[in-house]
Amino acid sequence: MSTVTTTSSSTRAKRGGEGKPLLSIRDFKVEYRTGSGATVQAVRGVDLDLFPGESVALVGESGCGKTTLGLGLLRLLPRLGHASGQVTFNRGDGTEIDILGLDGRDLRQFRWRDAAMVFQGAMNAFNPVLKIRAHMHDTMRAHTKFTKQEIEDRAGELLRLVRLEPSRVMDSYPHELSGGMRQRVLIAMSLLLEPEVLILDEPTTALDILTQRSVVDVLHEVRERLGFSMIFISHDLSLAAELADRVATMYAGRIIETGGVRDMFYRPRHPYTLGLIKAVPPIVGDLPDMESIPGGPPSLAALPPGCTFNPRCKYATEECKEEDPPLLPITDEPGDAHEAACIHWKDVHLQREVPSDLGNAS
Amino acid sequence: MSALEKSPETAGRAPLMTLGGVSQVFHTKAGPIRAVDNINLSVNPGEVLCLVGESGSGKTTAARMAAGLARPSSGEVAFDGTDIWALKRDDFTTFRRSVQYVHQDPYASLNPTRTIQQTITAPLLKHGVVKTKKAAVERATELLAKVDLTPPENYLSKYPHQLSGGQRQRVAVARALTLDPKLIIADESTSMLDVSIRISVLAMLGRLRDDLGVGFLFITHDLAIAKYFGWHGKTAVMYLGRIVEFGPTPKIINAPTHPYTRALIDAIPEPDPDLTKTKGRESLRSLEIPSLAHLPSGCTFHPRCPLFEDGLCDGAVPELVTIRSGQSAACHVVARDGVAALDDEARSDEPRA
Ligand SMILES: Nc1ncnc2c1ncn2[C@@H]1O[C@H](COP(=O)(O)OP(=O)(O)OP(=O)(O)O)[C@@H](O)[C@H]1O
Ligand SMILES: Nc1ncnc2c1ncn2[C@@H]1O[C@H](COP(=O)(O)OP(=O)(O)OP(=O)(O)O)[C@@H](O)[C@H]1O
Ligand code: SF4
Ligand code: SF4
Ligand SMILES: [Mg+2]
Ligand SMILES: [Mg+2]
Repeated sequence: MSTVTTTSSSTRAKRGGEGKPLLSIRDFKVEYRTGSGATVQAVRGVDLDLFPGESVALVGESGCGKTTLGLGLLRLLPRLGHASGQVTFNRGDGTEIDILGLDGRDLRQFRWRDAAMVFQGAMNAFNPVLKIRAHMHDTMRAHTKFTKQEIEDRAGELLRLVRLEPSRVMDSYPHELSGGMRQRVLIAMSLLLEPEVLILDEPTTALDILTQRSVVDVLHEVRERLGFSMIFISHDLSLAAELADRVATMYAGRIIETGGVRDMFYRPRHPYTLGLIKAVPPIVGDLPDMESIPGGPPSLAALPPGCTFNPRCKYATEECKEEDPPLLPITDEPGDAHEAACIHWKDVHLQREVPSDLGNAS
Repeated sequence: MSALEKSPETAGRAPLMTLGGVSQVFHTKAGPIRAVDNINLSVNPGEVLCLVGESGSGKTTAARMAAGLARPSSGEVAFDGTDIWALKRDDFTTFRRSVQYVHQDPYASLNPTRTIQQTITAPLLKHGVVKTKKAAVERATELLAKVDLTPPENYLSKYPHQLSGGQRQRVAVARALTLDPKLIIADESTSMLDVSIRISVLAMLGRLRDDLGVGFLFITHDLAIAKYFGWHGKTAVMYLGRIVEFGPTPKIINAPTHPYTRALIDAIPEPDPDLTKTKGRESLRSLEIPSLAHLPSGCTFHPRCPLFEDGLCDGAVPELVTIRSGQSAACHVVARDGVAALDDEARSDEPRA
């Protein structure tokens, strides 16, 4: 049966028609029912396309709706969450699938086979009494008719792909593995059924630096080998700089800027993205000038009128309090898919210090 | 003996806090473990000492000994030149007031049933810093302003759950300031804060350091944050309970010498796509961190180290020795070959394997 095929990203990129997104998200909203009949809208109208072979980073601060968006896309929201809008998955053979309309078998088939997710903090949520082997077999048996041997082979291949020794790991209980090993096991498991889309929620948070590095390197490698598309969620901008082809910044439940990774880091045009970049100290070079963003993120239950960033924004004018600006293409370089939701984007420029010579202290 | 004591900069000034040959042994099911093994450190008034290292390297254990919250198994903790465990009861109380510990978790460290005013006035009244409730409220107001919670009147009657993470961490710092500490031990104090807020909390701490002359033992696993807060101070890198490299922060960050420090710095992604993708990175020989209960022989980094030399590195435990002015490392190879060898050998721009 199927093995881990080394589909290159370029062959994948050709399938499904030229330039057609794999996943197309329009006006996507998620509401949570809270106590006493009230609701909060945690995702407030997101438009996003994921193209074949592409890696998109979703960045933003705690509570801005990153996890909710990821869960919503895979129809994994808790019972009190409700998604609306349009999410279309374009399966290689040309069929378009309306994800919000899926149920039963079709939904199960979509999850794992078409798209899989590595959950935030999941490396601490393994069933502690089951060995890794049992986790692998359970997942495969629930979704395929593989024989025992086929499952062993496939699990072994994927474990080696994430640089783990199958003979050792398969017989281990989760607590016998380090955090970084468990995270790599999860990545291997999510790839068992060769999904075309992988959503990773904070894949390296809470891992040590060297362990983070190993997970990042593994992600680079498996993506090169298997060519899946990836949405990864992180509050760590540096990780986005390293792993993403495209970056989308979220603020208070909306995407407020998106563009190619170089555009976003070198030419951000939304004051919030700019502020985030200025708040992350680089490791190389001299002491950088850092700046923080005043105030804190707004409560979803009491969003400020107009642009939700306006109380913290130094570019804000009276006009900004009137309506929440839509995400629109910005025209400095046509065709680069750089979009921002800010009426004053033309005034927003990043003065980036060129990192000084690396050996200045020696 | 240690490179720290020889450092010319520390020799001139009387350090506020000194850890001299301090160890902490825990007795666990797997046997005794040395969570901190014979470390020497000192902090001067108004200075920052950053303690960095991965999870389990012994940072919190060292900090708890510095704060007098745990007694070392061996070695001496001195404050203002006096062994704290030889102090009389009253003097120990004074010491405990002079050193304040600010924890990682701003959610857990404040009492949820107390208003901010109660949280801050309680220690003022209890320790007799002020006599009347009115004076306590006045002082609380000043302290809130000092940690940038302005106007303070808006915060006094609030409960912790009504504040954001950054605001709560500021309250924790204001409370730490009630007893006029000389040293603040900040243990991952900004790790849980969002990026947009972190820098302003660090800037506030920096003002306390500069304006009030408070010394800082600043613990973090995030070297970029150590760099930002501790640039004018020193940094000690811990691995498995030992200090493996020590020196002025700019040198540790921009010109590390110990293979472990170098691996850490190289591993960190940069907030710059071109830079982070071209940064040279050496592979470690192993990703596994050894257990403290079964430490490798000799240099405990040897099973992972790219510069490992058979027979040398797994033999004796390397001592922390001066590599160049003010910078010391515990590595046989660097001690033998100096930095020149390091620079051509490993810092070349070879592509990643
Ligand atoms: N089950 C739920 N019921 C009600 N509100 C919820 C629920 N889950 C999340 N929320 C709210 O929705 C908002 C978005 O949460 P979400 O977990 O998606 O944020 P996030 O961007 O992933 O944050 P983090 O970086 O902290 O993981 C938050 O305000 C959160 O409090
Ligand atoms: N009370 C204790 N009993 C037994 N072992 C302990 C105790 N406290 C700490 N340890 C062990 O000592 C080692 C050092 O722990 P410590 O908390 O000092 O590390 P740390 O560097 O602060 O790590 P982190 O970054 O995760 O906070 C760890 O292996 C830990 O498990
Ligand atoms: S629309 Fe106005 S308030 Fe919003 S980000 Fe742009 S300038 Fe700031
Ligand atoms: S002593 Fe040897 S193993 Fe240890 S850090 Fe130095 S080169 Fe590496
Ligand atoms: Mg989340
Ligand atoms: Mg700790």
